[in-house]
Amino acid sequence: MTASTSSQSSLPRWRRYRPDQQSEAYLFLLPSFAGFLIFVAIPVVASLALSLFEWSLLSPPEFVGFKNYTQLLSSDLVFRKVLFNTFYFIVTIVPLQLAFGLLLAVALNQGLRGLEVYRLIYFMPVVTTIVAAALVFQWFFNRDFGILAAAIWELSAETGLPIRPPDWLNDPDWAKPAVVILTLWKNTGFTMVIYLAALQGVPAELYDAAKVDGASAWQRFRSVTFPMVSPTTFFLMVIQMIGAFQLFSEAFVMTQGGPANATLTIVYYIYQMAFEFQRMGRGAAVAWVLFIFIFIFTLVQTRLQRRWVHYEAGGES
Amino acid sequence: MGHLALHAALILGSVAMLLPFGWMLATSLKAPPQIFTYPPSLVPDPVVWRNYLDTVQAMPFGRFYLNSLFVAVSVTTLQILTSSLAAFAFARLRFRGREALFLVYLATLMIPFHVTMIPNFILIRFLRWFDTFYALIVPTAFSVFAVFLLRQYFRGIPTELDEAARMDGASSFRIWGQVIMPLSGPVLAALTIFVFLGSWNDFLWPLVVSNSHATRTIPVGLATFRGQYNTDWHLLMAGSVIALLPVLLVYVFAQKRFVEGITLSGMGGR
Repeated sequence: MTASTSSQSSLPRWRRYRPDQQSEAYLFLLPSFAGFLIFVAIPVVASLALSLFEWSLLSPPEFVGFKNYTQLLSSDLVFRKVLFNTFYFIVTIVPLQLAFGLLLAVALNQGLRGLEVYRLIYFMPVVTTIVAAALVFQWFFNRDFGILAAAIWELSAETGLPIRPPDWLNDPDWAKPAVVILTLWKNTGFTMVIYLAALQGVPAELYDAAKVDGASAWQRFRSVTFPMVSPTTFFLMVIQMIGAFQLFSEAFVMTQGGPANATLTIVYYIYQMAFEFQRMGRGAAVAWVLFIFIFIFTLVQTRLQRRWVHYEAGGES
Repeated sequence: MGHLALHAALILGSVAMLLPFGWMLATSLKAPPQIFTYPPSLVPDPVVWRNYLDTVQAMPFGRFYLNSLFVAVSVTTLQILTSSLAAFAFARLRFRGREALFLVYLATLMIPFHVTMIPNFILIRFLRWFDTFYALIVPTAFSVFAVFLLRQYFRGIPTELDEAARMDGASSFRIWGQVIMPLSGPVLAALTIFVFLGSWNDFLWPLVVSNSHATRTIPVGLATFRGQYNTDWHLLMAGSVIALLPVLLVYVFAQKRFVEGITLSGMGGR
C-alpha cells in the first residue's frame, strides 16, 4: 500500500485515502452523483423554497412566507380531514397487517406440506399492479352487483339475521374500511414472507426447552416466538407506517378520495394541490408536513423500540 | 393445532387471496347483461372472448406494453449501472471525502419521493421533457437505495481478490467489471427484479408526467381507460387481466426469485 500524508498514518488502514485513486473515484461516482444532485439534492432545497411561494406556473411566483404552512395547520378544514384519514389508515393497516402476516407465517412454519403453493398464492397480490387491483376491488365492493354484497345478502337469508351489505364506496363510513381491506389483501404476503424468514432463524432448541418446561403453545408463542422476531416486527412496523403515510394509488383509483373526502390522504392532497389546483407552493408545503410527520414517527418508534425489541447479544446490529 | 385445521384455515385464506383474481377473470368474459344480474356468478355464460378484442380496440394496450417494457428495461439497466459504479467507489476506492459523501447519500434516504416530486415536475417542464420518455426514465435512472444496497454487498467480498487483480495490473474499471460484478450475482438478480417490478408498477410519477398514449405505461393507461369507460366493467376487467397477465405469468414460473428479490431488497440487504 502506498502511504499518503503522515497525518493519515494515525487513521485505520481503510480510512486512508490513496491519491492515485482520487480522480478515478470521482469518475466512478459521476453518473450517480450527477443524478443525485439534479433529481434529489437540488429538488429538496428547491421544494423547501417553493413551499414559501404561491405559484401556478402560469403567472410569476409570489412570495408568501410561511402562509402555506400556517393556513394548512390553522384554517384548512380539508387538510384536517386528510390528517385524520391518514392516521386512521396507519392505526388500522399497520397492526392488522403485522398480525395477519405473523399469524400466516407461524402457520406456514409448522412444517406443513405445500408451503410453496401457499406462498405463491399469498404473495401474488404483492407483485400485482395496484391500479388493476384497485379496479377489481371497486367492482368487488359494488353494492348492487358485487360479489361481496351478494355473499352478505346470502348470509342474511340463510341465518335470518337483519344484516345488509353496506354501500362500501359511497358511504363515508365504509369507504375507509374498503381501502384498508384492499391494502391488507395487497401487502400481507410481503409481511408474511419477511416473518417467515425471521421464524426460520429461531433456534429449535428454544422451543424444545420451552416444551420441556411444560409451556403451552400460546406460552411458547409469547415467550419464544414473539421476542425472537421482535426486531423484524420493529422493522416491518416502521416501513409499513411509512407506506401507510404514503397511501395514494389505492384511494386515487378505487374511491377518488371520496366520498366527501373520506379517503383523501396526504399524498393525494399533494397531488390535488399541485396537479389539479396548480398550487405548486401549497403542494410542496404539504409534502414537507408529510416528511416531518414521517420523521417524528420514525424517531419515536426508534426510541420506543428499546422497551420491547429483543436483540440477542452479538446478534444483528 | 392439528395440521388439518391449519390447512383448512390456510385454504380459506388462499380463496380470499384468489377471489379478486377470479372475479376479475370471470367478469372479463361476461356479456354485459350477465354482469348486471343478481345474484352474481363466478361462471361466465356465455363466454365472451370478444371483450378482449373490444378492449384492445378501445385502448392501445399493445402500445402501453411496449412503453412499460422500454421504460422498465431502461430504468433497471441504468440504475444498476450508475449505482454499481458509485457503490464500487464507496466500497473499494479510497478517496478524500468518502465517508462524508456517503453520509449525504444516506441522509436523503429518509426523504420521501413526494418532497422532490413537484420540483422535478417543474424541471421536466422547463427541460421540455413533459410527455416524453426522458421524463419517465432519466429521473429514476439513479437510486440512493441501490447504491446503499450494493455497497453493503461489495464490502462483503474479500479485498484480497481485487488486490491480487491490481497486482496483475488490472485497472479499477476492470476490477469492477471482472471481479466485483461477477461475484455479486445474487444481489444483482434481487435488485433487478425489485427495480424492474417497481418501475413496471409505478403509478404516481408516470401519471404526473405523461399525457398521451405515446408515453403512457400500463398502470397509467389502465387508469385512463377507467376514466373513459367508467361502467363497462367487462372491458375494464379485461383491461386489468391484460395488465396483470405478463407479470403474473413470470411470477408463477420464477416465484422463488421474485420472493427473494423483493424481500432481500425490501429488507435493505439484511
